[in-house]
Amino acid sequence: MNRPENVSGPAPPRELRLAQIQPAIEVRSLTRRFDDFTAVDAISFDVQAGEVFGFLGANGAGKTTAIRMLIGLLAPTSGEARVAGHDVRMEADRIRRRIGYMSQRFSLYEDLTARENIRLYAGIYGLSDAAIRERTETLLNRLRLDSHGDTLVRSLPLGWRQKLAFSVAMVHEPEIVFLDEPTGGVDPITRRQFWEMIYEAAQNGTTILVTTHYMDEAEYCDRVSIMVEGRIAALGTPAELKAEFGASTIEDVFVQLARPTAEIAAGMAAGSAGTPTSRTMPSG
Amino acid sequence: MRTLKFLLRKEFLQIFRDHTMLRLMIIVPVVQLLVLSNAATFEVRQARTYVVDLDNSSASRGLVQRLVASGRFDVSARSSSMALANEALLSRDVSVILNVPADFERDLVRARQAPVQLVFNAEDGAGAAVLQSYAARIISGYAAELGQLRPTFTTLEGATAAPAVVAAPRIDLRTRGWYNPELRYYDYMVPGILVLLVTIVATSIAAMNVVREKEIGTLEQLNVTPVTKSQLIASKLLPFWIIALVDLTIGLGVAKLVFDIPMRGSLLLVFLAAVLYLLAALGIGLWISTVAETQQQAMFISFAINMVYLLMSGLFTPIQSMPTWAQWIAELSPVKHFIVIMRAVLVRGASIEAVQVPLIALAAYGAIVLTMAARQYSKTVG
Amino acid sequence: MNALRGFILKEAHHILRDRQTLTILLLLPLAQVLLFGFALRTDVQNVRVAVVDAAPDYATRELRGRFDGTTVFEVVTTVPTSAALPPLFERGAIDQALVFGPRFAERLANGDAAELLVVTDATDPNTGSAMQAYATGVVQEYERELSLGRATGTRILPQVRMRFNPTLESVNLFIPGLIALVLTLVSALMSAISLSREKERGTLEVLLVSPLRPWQIIVGKVLPYLVLGVINVVTVLLAAWLVFDVPFRGSTALLFAECLLFIVTSLALGVLVAAVTSSQRTAMVGSLIALLLPTTLLSGMIFPIASMPAWLQPVSNIVPGKWFILIARGIMLKGVGLEHLWRETLVLAAITTLVLVIAVRRFDIRLESS
Repeated sequence: MNRPENVSGPAPPRELRLAQIQPAIEVRSLTRRFDDFTAVDAISFDVQAGEVFGFLGANGAGKTTAIRMLIGLLAPTSGEARVAGHDVRMEADRIRRRIGYMSQRFSLYEDLTARENIRLYAGIYGLSDAAIRERTETLLNRLRLDSHGDTLVRSLPLGWRQKLAFSVAMVHEPEIVFLDEPTGGVDPITRRQFWEMIYEAAQNGTTILVTTHYMDEAEYCDRVSIMVEGRIAALGTPAELKAEFGASTIEDVFVQLARPTAEIAAGMAAGSAGTPTSRTMPSG
Repeated sequence: MRTLKFLLRKEFLQIFRDHTMLRLMIIVPVVQLLVLSNAATFEVRQARTYVVDLDNSSASRGLVQRLVASGRFDVSARSSSMALANEALLSRDVSVILNVPADFERDLVRARQAPVQLVFNAEDGAGAAVLQSYAARIISGYAAELGQLRPTFTTLEGATAAPAVVAAPRIDLRTRGWYNPELRYYDYMVPGILVLLVTIVATSIAAMNVVREKEIGTLEQLNVTPVTKSQLIASKLLPFWIIALVDLTIGLGVAKLVFDIPMRGSLLLVFLAAVLYLLAALGIGLWISTVAETQQQAMFISFAINMVYLLMSGLFTPIQSMPTWAQWIAELSPVKHFIVIMRAVLVRGASIEAVQVPLIALAAYGAIVLTMAARQYSKTVG
Repeated sequence: MNALRGFILKEAHHILRDRQTLTILLLLPLAQVLLFGFALRTDVQNVRVAVVDAAPDYATRELRGRFDGTTVFEVVTTVPTSAALPPLFERGAIDQALVFGPRFAERLANGDAAELLVVTDATDPNTGSAMQAYATGVVQEYERELSLGRATGTRILPQVRMRFNPTLESVNLFIPGLIALVLTLVSALMSAISLSREKERGTLEVLLVSPLRPWQIIVGKVLPYLVLGVINVVTVLLAAWLVFDVPFRGSTALLFAECLLFIVTSLALGVLVAAVTSSQRTAMVGSLIALLLPTTLLSGMIFPIASMPAWLQPVSNIVPGKWFILIARGIMLKGVGLEHLWRETLVLAAITTLVLVIAVRRFDIRLESS
């Protein structure tokens, strides 16, 4: 799969835009310990505004812990991080107004309708009644959900629910969106549509930090970081990483990094010999 | 405030959409009130009595007749064998044995006193004790009656009795049962059971509602929005606060219309107490939701807490009969204070001055428990 | 059979892993025994008495002393007029009041009727009538002693025997009911929730495609709760015996057999609840309302069934706890065996079989249709 044509075409040169603005996310030696276990071990990176930043790693590598610190759900043990220019420790309240979040667990209320879910989150973010009405219609229209606006989310197909969840996370037009494994369990076509939505958001200037299990999705990102055992083992554009590790796909890069440490190496190696795309990583 | 409006709208949408839960919260409490109020009584109805009358005299027959006439005892078997009577008691065919020994009438006349034996099946404890006090009253009444009729006896037996002493010291004893002179159980139990039902809604169901969002993951989603902890807590507790008050209102209506509870005091005072009490109850519910990870745990913890609170609250058994240490624990239970207020205001017509101590206690509990629970919530969730 | 064993072990692991719930399940019965044993009594004690005595004399002082001397009464205050009583009652500061008439001792000596009014807070009718009876007893005893030696009225002396529980010890009555309550909680509620959770999460379907047969799945799910139930019964009985000296007059073996029967009853009820409900939440609240409250209030555990209105008494017959309590009280307090309890045992067994059949059948249908 390649980057969808229709959204990447008419944009101004991305590199130019990225260079001008201060980083959307700045992370310096961010660390989180749980008792003796260090889940995130002094990671540092910047994410530029408007960038699509991929966060890769095996289960338990520390991705979710890192994200939870950035969005203010978890206090860091040490280190610093600034999101949208605000300190995660001191200004979590200000950060919350400017970010969106979609978690791997399902974040919509299944016993509410699509319309009610949108209205709830739009209301929480302080949109005016008129704006809520207008946004709701636009969103439903764009998702081709017009006729299902009053259907309980429970009764919608998984793919639609996931796209709706993304739209809800974007309802207040946040500067930065955190997506924690947003495409788990959906079919390839829906995944492609989902990534089109991500690009459209990035096109409009939204910064996106996304974690994923799908190695082919990593290729869509502007830059990728690969976490192994709480540390960032590699960081760069997909092309840079492939060149650095002499690999043809990001999946190969990942396998090389993970091999020495994880027991899953054997399973990964066996799996990677098959189709190089769309493989999920085994959990470990 | 605007944020809270949206959160509340969502809560109510969810509550009204879940018909099963709605029924459980509104209709079931009413049914429970109707049924449980009838079940929770120590009132003694007719006791099946086995009569072993070995005297078979006019005096012994008179005694049996008085017992039956009281409406409390009902002769369901008689024979002259104590062994048979015991057997009937063992297999629960009767619950009382009245054994009148031979020579009962003769002893009464000659010695002016005679024994009778009463054997109760004390399996039911409280019931037996009440029954015994009824029997004692009837028997002493009968004895007094016989005493006045003494001349008849003397002629009957042909013996002469000493003339009654004119100056015998007498106490003219009168008893009054205030506030509930007809000893109606409903007046006592219905306000208490109402408290029980309202408590379940405010603690268990509220706690399970919060934990459910935790389980599904939507709580985390709300935690990354600008919604503050206090807005979130308010949006979770307010609906159940309102539903519990609705339950209370319906319950009071049922209490008045079906059970004819007197309601001597001010209903406004009852609601004031309820408003304060529910803060404490919801605080406990909120605290449970911080401790529990699953709905199952939430239910068990709230069950364990409610059980201790309700049993120690004087709802079913008198607090004054508890040992002192247990009374102190009861003092720490907001349930106890609310029940005290409900009974005092509804049945005794107490004014706000009369219940100011428990009222202040409730307000203090509400403030302390809710603050602590909210703080604990902010610390552990998110 | 090997598959079944593995499945049972898996279920046991689930239970052992949730420490919080396990602790509650193991400690709750103990806490309940201690609470019921130490704190809850249906008898009357510590009655707070106010005395209204405008002109105290030797007789009023004597009578007052007699009230104070009993373990039941405690004179807490003396007020000059009965006008002071209502606020005291309303505050709940006193339970009873003795109002002495004027010239009490003088009238007694003269043979005039000395007036005494006993006012009782009858808000609680049970306690109220008991307090009244006790107070009457104290006054009558005083009157009788005064007239001792002088020939007065005729007296009938009732000799009262409280069979099976002579001291009317509340804990003796509560223990059988408590076992029923604990088993309903642990065996019925827990198995209902655990089964409905698997239904909700869809893991039951995974089990269905395994070689396990439906009845094996149910057995595997409930067997660990049977073990927990047995542990709870032993805990309650041991505590009752060691701490409260509750009598065990009949056969212990029979008692255990009946407990086992009731555990199976509770488990069957749990499976039934899980079969008819669609979510954990409804299973929980449903079993709370359909199982736990009836077992507490309609079984005769606290409130005698004979006291209920005529229309409600037949309803108690469908509460399995009622039959178990009759059996357990029979064995423990009366020391009787099956010769007196065969009817109750038969009813309990019949209810169990019926529930079991319906539950397993409903479950089969549910599984096939889902």
